[in-house]
Amino acid sequence: MSRSVLEEIRRRKVFCDGGMGSLLQAKGLKAGELPETWNLLHPEILREIHREYLDAGCDIVTTNTFGANRLKYPAAGEFDLKEIVRAAVVNARQAVKEAGRGFVALDLGPTGKLLKPLGDLDFDEAYDIYREVVIWGCTAGADLILTETMSDGYEAKAAILAARENSRLPVFATMVFDGKGKLLTGGDVESAVALLEGLGVDALGINCGLGPMQMKDILREILAVTSLPVIVNPNAGLPRSENGTTVYDIDEDQFAEAMEEIGRMGANVLGGCCGTTPGHIRRLVSRCQDLEQVLPGEKNRTVISSYTHAVVIDREPVLIGERINPTGKSKFKQALKDHNLEYILQEGVRQQDNGAHVLDVNVGLPEIDEPQMMEETVKELQSIIDLPLQIDTSDIKAMERAMRIYNGKPLINSVNGKQESMEAVFPLVKRYGGVVVALVLDEDGIPDTAQGRIAVAKKIYKKAAEYGISPKDILIDGLCLTVSSDSRGALTTLETLRRVRDELGGKTILGVSNISFGLPQRETINGTFFTMALASGLNAAIINPNSQIMMRAYYSFRALWDMDAQCEDYIRACRMMGEPPKTVPCRASKAGAGSAPKAVPGGSGSSGGDSMGLGNCIRRGMAEGAKEAVKELLEQRDALDIINEEMIPALDQVGQGFEQGTVFLPQLLMSAEAARAAFDVIKDRMAQSGMSQEKKGTVILATVKGDIHDIGKNIVKVLLENYGYEVVDLGKDVAPERIVDAAVERRVPLVGLSALMTTTVPGMEETIRQLREKAPWVKVMVGGAVLTEEYARTIGADRYCRDAMASVNYAETVTFAGSEPNTLLV
Amino acid sequence: MDMRETLRYLGYRGHGADDQTLELAEECWEELEQKAERRVCFKEFPLTVRESIIDMGCFQTKSQALEKNLKHCRQVVLFAATLGVQADSLIRRYSRLQMSRAVVMQAVAAAMLEEYCDQVNEEIRREYEKKGLYLRPRFSPGYGDFPIQCQSGLLGGLEAGKRIGITLTDSLLMIPSKSVSAVIGVSPVRRECIVKGCEACGSTDCIYRRETV
Repeated sequence: MSRSVLEEIRRRKVFCDGGMGSLLQAKGLKAGELPETWNLLHPEILREIHREYLDAGCDIVTTNTFGANRLKYPAAGEFDLKEIVRAAVVNARQAVKEAGRGFVALDLGPTGKLLKPLGDLDFDEAYDIYREVVIWGCTAGADLILTETMSDGYEAKAAILAARENSRLPVFATMVFDGKGKLLTGGDVESAVALLEGLGVDALGINCGLGPMQMKDILREILAVTSLPVIVNPNAGLPRSENGTTVYDIDEDQFAEAMEEIGRMGANVLGGCCGTTPGHIRRLVSRCQDLEQVLPGEKNRTVISSYTHAVVIDREPVLIGERINPTGKSKFKQALKDHNLEYILQEGVRQQDNGAHVLDVNVGLPEIDEPQMMEETVKELQSIIDLPLQIDTSDIKAMERAMRIYNGKPLINSVNGKQESMEAVFPLVKRYGGVVVALVLDEDGIPDTAQGRIAVAKKIYKKAAEYGISPKDILIDGLCLTVSSDSRGALTTLETLRRVRDELGGKTILGVSNISFGLPQRETINGTFFTMALASGLNAAIINPNSQIMMRAYYSFRALWDMDAQCEDYIRACRMMGEPPKTVPCRASKAGAGSAPKAVPGGSGSSGGDSMGLGNCIRRGMAEGAKEAVKELLEQRDALDIINEEMIPALDQVGQGFEQGTVFLPQLLMSAEAARAAFDVIKDRMAQSGMSQEKKGTVILATVKGDIHDIGKNIVKVLLENYGYEVVDLGKDVAPERIVDAAVERRVPLVGLSALMTTTVPGMEETIRQLREKAPWVKVMVGGAVLTEEYARTIGADRYCRDAMASVNYAETVTFAGSEPNTLLV
Repeated sequence: MDMRETLRYLGYRGHGADDQTLELAEECWEELEQKAERRVCFKEFPLTVRESIIDMGCFQTKSQALEKNLKHCRQVVLFAATLGVQADSLIRRYSRLQMSRAVVMQAVAAAMLEEYCDQVNEEIRREYEKKGLYLRPRFSPGYGDFPIQCQSGLLGGLEAGKRIGITLTDSLLMIPSKSVSAVIGVSPVRRECIVKGCEACGSTDCIYRRETV
């Protein structure tokens, strides 16, 4: 064929082939045998199958490389992966040559492992796994690359990046959705489309998982949002098991009939997946080949996504939380220096709870390695918060690293009209996808007039177009300078907003809080200006969602601007804002957060802990009460007295109860959390008065190599911190070398290791062996579901700790150099 | 919601819980109920046992405990169920934010998964009993001497990765972690009152052991 596959798609319906596995089984592939080995063992059978599909009328044959990756074909194995991939392409090529028509798609299936943080596979490793297959497949002569059966957008991103960065071939991507239109990893259709379009695939769609009937609703959703050609490759129906074999609920004719409807709905590329045969494809082609090909038009949607959902930036204002940013926040700066990611996560969660749609992430601080910190922060945030992120940095390296590992289509903050900026940022936007914030300033500075700012905006659009970035992926930041230095500043900004909307048809964003810089009661000005900006067409606002004034302005605007039917959201927000502020993040348990338990023996049952005393609040796990109580006590007593006379006895009492079996794990932890809340108050007070904080000593904790269950280790961490130890938490699935290095570097006296399964205890044993060799002074305590006293002894541990209290008790017996025993400091 | 099982997973061993814990558990159940995506797949496979080698088509193994469990069986139903990555995400989230909630969430998830498995298991049982066949209790890799290494064959035979998203780490842990895989024997012989699940385990001093009524 002389025309490319993309040209063909523009002209007519294009057809994929059907299933491979069941055909190979019919030809003798045994259960458990790896299908890709047949590329080398039985090339004639592969050629024959491809040929049958081509003869049935399909245009695209997919290579038998679904599972061809180094995880399934390790280097030391019987088969050479490179040869398998090469043979797969050669077999398909041969069939195309014989048939005189067709395209060869290099097939990339899922790796079979889940990526971190859900699983144990690194994003970079997933990329490498695909990269080599792409290189071999291209060299062998593939015409296009098809990433398929992906149920995780993150894995699809690794595969697509590998395809795009290592070949010039068209890339098609199909994902597996369930009947509810969700990926197995939780993403919805819109988020998947945003991600795939952002990554620059040439066509996208659905395969596997469902039969054609069940795919219609999902197809409808895709067609509503995508601007790209759509692929639909369903299974032969819904499977059921009949006497041990898989049968489908519909036959070939019903399949083809459903596919015709799918073709009429607007799918552009049609084929089959599991259970479909050349028979299915033949009927499908004959019913669909004359259907009119209508490509989805340009939808012009400005959209970003997280791994679960998309956020459309349009008429409905989008709120971007600005709090993850060290500027002007000494506590935040300290957290960055201390590598205190918990603090950053709490900031994120709080903004989410207060209604942010997107979180801005800025970790720029002169003393730190920003690219490293940015990557780490984005990874942590996206592992516990499902909001899209705005990557906010002027460090291009940090920007790229964050964009690469971001699980979705991000907002990027920012580019501006300077050549240098545009030449650095636009290639990244093109490569990784994203919507970019464009500041209307250039080499000549910030234009004074709206006219000047519009001119810069136009220049930015024009330059972006050279990189293939359309205006829909650009948010113009009209810039607001503080009104205290320029009384016309606000008006200029508002005019810019209106003109971007009306004259350029573009979308806008603003960092609203800048307007009040240098003024008292900044929120008052901010709230008013925010309303004015919204009324001037502002699409996205970078604000502090924890500010009630800003949120009131937002909800009021929506109610007044016909965006909130019956003012429902407004009323709900008012009700929520009327409630006392939350202190424990994220829909904190009422129980954990401080209301009194329903039945307090001998207690008044009144809410709040002030009347109960600090010790009582800690014993009952009431964080809010503990905070109030400690504040009161600090008015009268010394911090150390409070710790030693109130808090320690309460913690000890709970700990003893736990050991005696009268207090159980949830209560133990709630008490620990209450104590922690009180400690934090004391710590703040001490910091204010310039007192330093001392720790009892440092303990390293880790879940060993191969083990990804870390709940036990995390429990131990909470308790050790409570008892005044500094915990270096190395996380889960930690290699022995890393643990040894950390122990040596910090010369810690105590290491705690956790392993849950028999299969991971060898990792623990190896870690202990290496510790003995390189850090002989270290005491090792171990714990985990499969361990016993005896087992612990055989692998060389110093102490088996059956629960978290046992580890605290053991730590208390270990000598920590340079620390005084039995003083608990925070 | 099965509060009794939840508390058992929290190590209460039949003790009552305080109101705060009960309230927290109810909240966790509600939150998990919204997020969890229960998915299941199961498929019948032929069973042969020859010279203690148990062969189910997609994998072979040796295990006295399993062999005993599968006595008189000619087929097995291989079974896998999960609450999805969403349950893991919740637990992970609270592990960073509020450990007490993470701990309760994971117990609630374990109870929810078990309840779901029982419910699907019951549906399968009814289907088979219509055909005059009886099911043996679910038996999972790792129970007794049933090697954990059989996980890959079992899940592979079910295509559990592709169909319901259960994958294995190098050390054979299932992800999502709130997942169950099992062999269910199918036999023409009815057999009642067999010890199953928790009670079948040899670790009698386990703090999570079910108090048999």
